[in-house]
Amino acid sequence: MTATAETHAGPDQPVRVVLAKLGLDGHDRGLKVVARMLRDAGLEVIYLGLRQTTESVLRAVEQEDADVIGLSIHNGGHMTLAPRMVEAVRAAGMDVPVVVGGIVPEVDLGPLQEAGVFAVLGPGASAADVARTVRAAAAGRA
Amino acid sequence: MSIPDNHPPEAAEPGDEQDSLRREAQARWRAAYEATPRRDGSFETMSGVPLAGVHGDPPFPGEYPYTRGIYPSMYRSRLWTMRLFAGMGTAADTNRRFKKLLEAGSTGLSTAFDMPTLMGRDSDDPWAVGEVGRAGVAVDTIADMEDLFAGIDLGDVSTSMTINGPANIVMAMYIVTGERGGTHRSRLSGTIQNDILKEYQAQKEYIFPPRPSVRLVTDLIRFTTAEMPRWHPVSISGYHIREAGSTAAQELAFTLANGFAYVEAAMAAGLDVDDFAGRLSFFFNSHIDFFEEIGKFRAARRIWARWMRDRYGARKERSLQLRFHTQTAGVSLTAQQPEVNVARVATQALAAVLGGTQSLHTDSYDEALALPTEKAARIALRTQQVLAHETGAASVADPLGGSAFVEWMTDEMERRATEVFDHLDKLGEGSILEGVYEGIANGYFVGEIADSAYRFEREVNAGRRIIVGVNAYTEGDDGDTPILHIDEDTEGRQLHRLAEVRRRRDGAAVTDALERLAAGAADPTLNLMEPIIDCVRVETTEGEIVSTLEGVFGTYTEPAIV
Repeated sequence: MTATAETHAGPDQPVRVVLAKLGLDGHDRGLKVVARMLRDAGLEVIYLGLRQTTESVLRAVEQEDADVIGLSIHNGGHMTLAPRMVEAVRAAGMDVPVVVGGIVPEVDLGPLQEAGVFAVLGPGASAADVARTVRAAAAGRA
Repeated sequence: MSIPDNHPPEAAEPGDEQDSLRREAQARWRAAYEATPRRDGSFETMSGVPLAGVHGDPPFPGEYPYTRGIYPSMYRSRLWTMRLFAGMGTAADTNRRFKKLLEAGSTGLSTAFDMPTLMGRDSDDPWAVGEVGRAGVAVDTIADMEDLFAGIDLGDVSTSMTINGPANIVMAMYIVTGERGGTHRSRLSGTIQNDILKEYQAQKEYIFPPRPSVRLVTDLIRFTTAEMPRWHPVSISGYHIREAGSTAAQELAFTLANGFAYVEAAMAAGLDVDDFAGRLSFFFNSHIDFFEEIGKFRAARRIWARWMRDRYGARKERSLQLRFHTQTAGVSLTAQQPEVNVARVATQALAAVLGGTQSLHTDSYDEALALPTEKAARIALRTQQVLAHETGAASVADPLGGSAFVEWMTDEMERRATEVFDHLDKLGEGSILEGVYEGIANGYFVGEIADSAYRFEREVNAGRRIIVGVNAYTEGDDGDTPILHIDEDTEGRQLHRLAEVRRRRDGAAVTDALERLAAGAADPTLNLMEPIIDCVRVETTEGEIVSTLEGVFGTYTEPAIV
């Protein structure tokens, strides 16, 4: 993911992040906790929740002028779903980084990064890690 | 005070009236105990000290309100069922895993379905892409169910199937699989989860709106009551409520409230409470706070017995006895230093045994990383075998009964649950079922659970709650635990299988069966089990049956509440 000067989040503006789960997976505990963590850290959260599609996420990003997409994946489908989201963002001509949270085996981290995922937050990531990563994504920094 | 068994450890003391009441209770217990079978086992300590079957005060195990256990002899008659949940890839892949588990000494099968199957979607549905066979086995048609149980005599095993929204469809497939293998439905034994209420509250695998979904649950209760005496049609599950972040007391309260709701629904459908209540079973989580868990299990039995007798008028002993399956807490497993999870699982499993569980699934240490490897699953089973055969925990019924702390914890769990029942009763104006519907509609359950989950997370973040390997003692995480990789070709193989079935089946028969199903669904007095069985017989897919029912019942969408 390249740095973007056009990111909406200046130093004074809160970072806006869309949080969603793609597909059928219903494990939303992590996403809800992350939503509250990010709000407490001063970010603006657009919580889409369960059963979203790449289209519905893109729509929300556009309407809400979001800086970052946060996907929560707990069903082993990350190698399919995360690259698909990145592709959809690119195909729409947008430059919005995708951060993945959930259970992702170490061997998949490299391929996900190659596929354009900004960062992966595993189980045990602290509130500070989560906020820092999302802010870094918004600012286009690794 | 202990009750003398074949090796009396101590003589009863002479005394006052209380003592004579106690002696009466002891005699009652002993008579009940002696009427039960005895498994092989020495029932003495390692040092050769003989052990009584129970110690402490009445009411004894096997007596109302069953706080101390539902059987007088508990694990002296029969150990708990060691049931390991398995499912992955195609039906044939899972079938191989089942056979290995049976060979390793597992005494029951437990099936995990993949997400599309759980959500009533076929493997070739656009929503299923990337999820086929990943977190469980893919079952689209009767052909897959037949592959799943190929070479296993369904009259011989007890099978648990963890599925909710499409439970009636999967039940129908199992019935037809049994029939084709020569086992009539009346001889099938097992449990289907079929607990839709907790889906709206926690697990989120709902399909239809709550009311028609509860009708489907009630249909299955009515059907098994009439035709399948060895089947448990609902496993009322706190497990997922806890995994979603609730506290122990919330798990207890929401789960039992859901149980009361199904009782009210089945009674409203015209069933006598004593005809079906004995078939209901429960499924709890065993988390890491040892004594709180034991108090929760003991309180669950006492609350259920009291409510079933006093509020719902049940009279049969079996209707008052809460039977439960336990699974150790998946959410407590850490991705960091995963081998340490073996210690967590063993502790949680011990709490379940000391709490009097009827069956137990122990998680594998690698489950925070991926689905378990065979080795990890074997260690999980071995953990139960150590508890059963080496520790002595199965020698004495309710060994912690009478501990001031455990009895207080039991009372405290009951008190906290009662506050929730009062709230739901008020919401439902005297009906727990209506209170639960209202609590789903107004976000009460999801809000309470999310609050608890967040509170826990903040405690961990602030270091007020220590999790070994996560926020303390973090050195030693080498991150090279071998994990299971699902064959990438699973989806392709399953799609091929489904296409083959769609090609070879009688399309007109499928259309006919679906039309009859739609007509039945529109009439709430009809039981939909037979029309669904008819659909399954002619190789109608799960997704086709679900879409037909959605056409009548509608589809549920959750409001996005954080």
